[in-house]
Amino acid sequence: MTNSDSGRGSSRDLLHSDRTFDFSGPKQLWQGFGQDFKELTRRDRQFSFMIRAKDLELDVSHGPILYLDGLNVSFDGFKAINELNLYIDAGELRCVIGPNGAGKTTMMDIITGKTRPDSGSAFFGQKIDLLKLTEPEIAEVGIGRKFQKPTVFEHHSLFENLELAMAADKRVFPTLLARLTGKERDRIDEVLGIIGLRELARREAGTLSHGQKQWLEIGMLLMQDPHLLLVDEPVAGMTHQEMERTAELLTSLAGKHTVVVVEHDMDFVRSIAKRVTVLHQGSVLAEGSMDEVQNDPRVVEVYLGE
Amino acid sequence: MGLLQPLKGDTGGQIMLAVLALIAILVPILNLLVPEGNPLHVSTFTVTLLGKYLTYALLAVAVDLVWGYLGILSLGHGAFFALGGYAMGMYLMRQIGDRGVYGDPLLPDFMVFLDWQQLPWFWQGFDQFWYAALMILLVPGLLAFVFGWLAFRSRVTGVYLSIITQALTYALMLAFFRNEMGFGGNNGLTDFKDLLGFDLQADGTRIGLFLASALALALGYWACRWVVTSKLGRVAVAVRDAESRVRFIGYRVDRVKLAIWTFSAVLAGVAGALYVPQVGIINPGEFSPLNSIELVVWVAIGGRATLYGAVIGAVLVNYGKTVFTGAFPEAWLFVLGGLFVLVTVFLPAGIAGLLKTLRRRRAQPETIQREATT
Repeated sequence: MTNSDSGRGSSRDLLHSDRTFDFSGPKQLWQGFGQDFKELTRRDRQFSFMIRAKDLELDVSHGPILYLDGLNVSFDGFKAINELNLYIDAGELRCVIGPNGAGKTTMMDIITGKTRPDSGSAFFGQKIDLLKLTEPEIAEVGIGRKFQKPTVFEHHSLFENLELAMAADKRVFPTLLARLTGKERDRIDEVLGIIGLRELARREAGTLSHGQKQWLEIGMLLMQDPHLLLVDEPVAGMTHQEMERTAELLTSLAGKHTVVVVEHDMDFVRSIAKRVTVLHQGSVLAEGSMDEVQNDPRVVEVYLGE
Repeated sequence: MGLLQPLKGDTGGQIMLAVLALIAILVPILNLLVPEGNPLHVSTFTVTLLGKYLTYALLAVAVDLVWGYLGILSLGHGAFFALGGYAMGMYLMRQIGDRGVYGDPLLPDFMVFLDWQQLPWFWQGFDQFWYAALMILLVPGLLAFVFGWLAFRSRVTGVYLSIITQALTYALMLAFFRNEMGFGGNNGLTDFKDLLGFDLQADGTRIGLFLASALALALGYWACRWVVTSKLGRVAVAVRDAESRVRFIGYRVDRVKLAIWTFSAVLAGVAGALYVPQVGIINPGEFSPLNSIELVVWVAIGGRATLYGAVIGAVLVNYGKTVFTGAFPEAWLFVLGGLFVLVTVFLPAGIAGLLKTLRRRRAQPETIQREATT
């Protein structure tokens, strides 16, 4: 890259490029800076470093809410994600299935900012580039995640668990001075109703059964008012009855929210999913309705072997 | 939402504060009005001893705030206590003026002894009480802020964090032992004469310091309760129990920790500042890692995450220390160690936990009876 080249780069390049300066020509270098400076003073542009996560607006005018394009991640040479392309429509309930090691959890990690891909892009709506945001910022723009193992705050009551998860100003001093308004109480109560744990509002979360903890986790997600819910293995270790209630809960959430469920249990997936994506070795193997997917010979092969 | 809001539901704390108020009223009366020789007379020595315990109690509350509610086991809180103490000590040194052994109007004795010609820059301003008071808050607070900013941002947690807090206080101890540091080296700062113009040896001043310590403890306790009963306090406990989950919800865990950690260090500094005029000396021994570990033991014995338990633990253990080191000086460390082991094994929730269980057990037979009769 020559100096004159880099000088003409857009403001974005100025801030995010990894170019190195060639110090052989100081005059050229200064010219480059001059142009960069001009770019910086342009009034019709907002610089990415000036934009705060909460100011970002979700734009789903083209349909999809999540675009994953050509993602690659490798851990010590092992390709966990390999040229992954995945699009999720707003309001959809999508199930992602796949054998162990197919990259399901890694995909969730990329979306939530826990893992950075080696290449590719991940957009939330048309405009929000997830790869430029930190974990808390991603939570702030409206992506909530439920983990495989339920982690609720064991020493807090259910009510307090939901209170902490609530969408609010989460900086230190506003949090110190925060008092619950009547509206917020109603919202917590409403979510307690949705997850069916209203009677247990004052119980310590540590005393809940496994299934109840899973629902509380989903409730905590809802309190954040996310546009997109990522739900990792919601029915692992649940009884059949609990599974049915979870299915009801998740289907009731779709529409208002976009829900992506990663799950192993095929019966459960069949009971909730309209569209299913099968991952295998880090990329999409098949996509479609449950019946289509199940009759796909490649899927059968992956799941059942030769 | 009144001033008493933070104490709602905190029976132990209410009792503790009531006892504290009672002592704060009775002790001065028994000292000043009851003549010496009367069995009810409280000697000035005892007043000062009690005042010292109260500053320890405030320090213990500060430790319990970060350990019990935030999950940070600090093995270096003695450092903040000592820094607050040194800031107060520097003011007291400057107050001596030309009454020192060498009679230098400006330089403290140890500087004259070291043949220093002028006051180091960091001793400037300490002749003013307001400046010293500011430094008492600022120096421990600033150190805690910088230390915490580096540690929490890098997500250093658990044992590793405990070890570096220990290293922090050890490093400060070694530094303060050096004469070149300008803090009196090995001997520290001592030979204080007066505070705000009041003679430090006078009974009235001793009582004043005792009352100031009681007030500081009450206010510090109230402030800590205010923090732990706020939403931030609930976030702190959540950080203690499931740190990464809190991060995913969208809180900046490092900032939450930094704020509470710094506040706790400031409280420890205030405790140190009240401690120094009562014991009459501050030396690098206060930075000793052993001190910081001992004070964690007070909190453990009193009961973690209760705040009032820390007060009980600090006062009881130090009373025991006074008695034991008088009777069998060599045995004290074994007693303390033994006590720690016994409490950890048999009373994991400390004395506060024991009290809670007893209360519940006493309440239960009544309810059973009531149910039986109805």
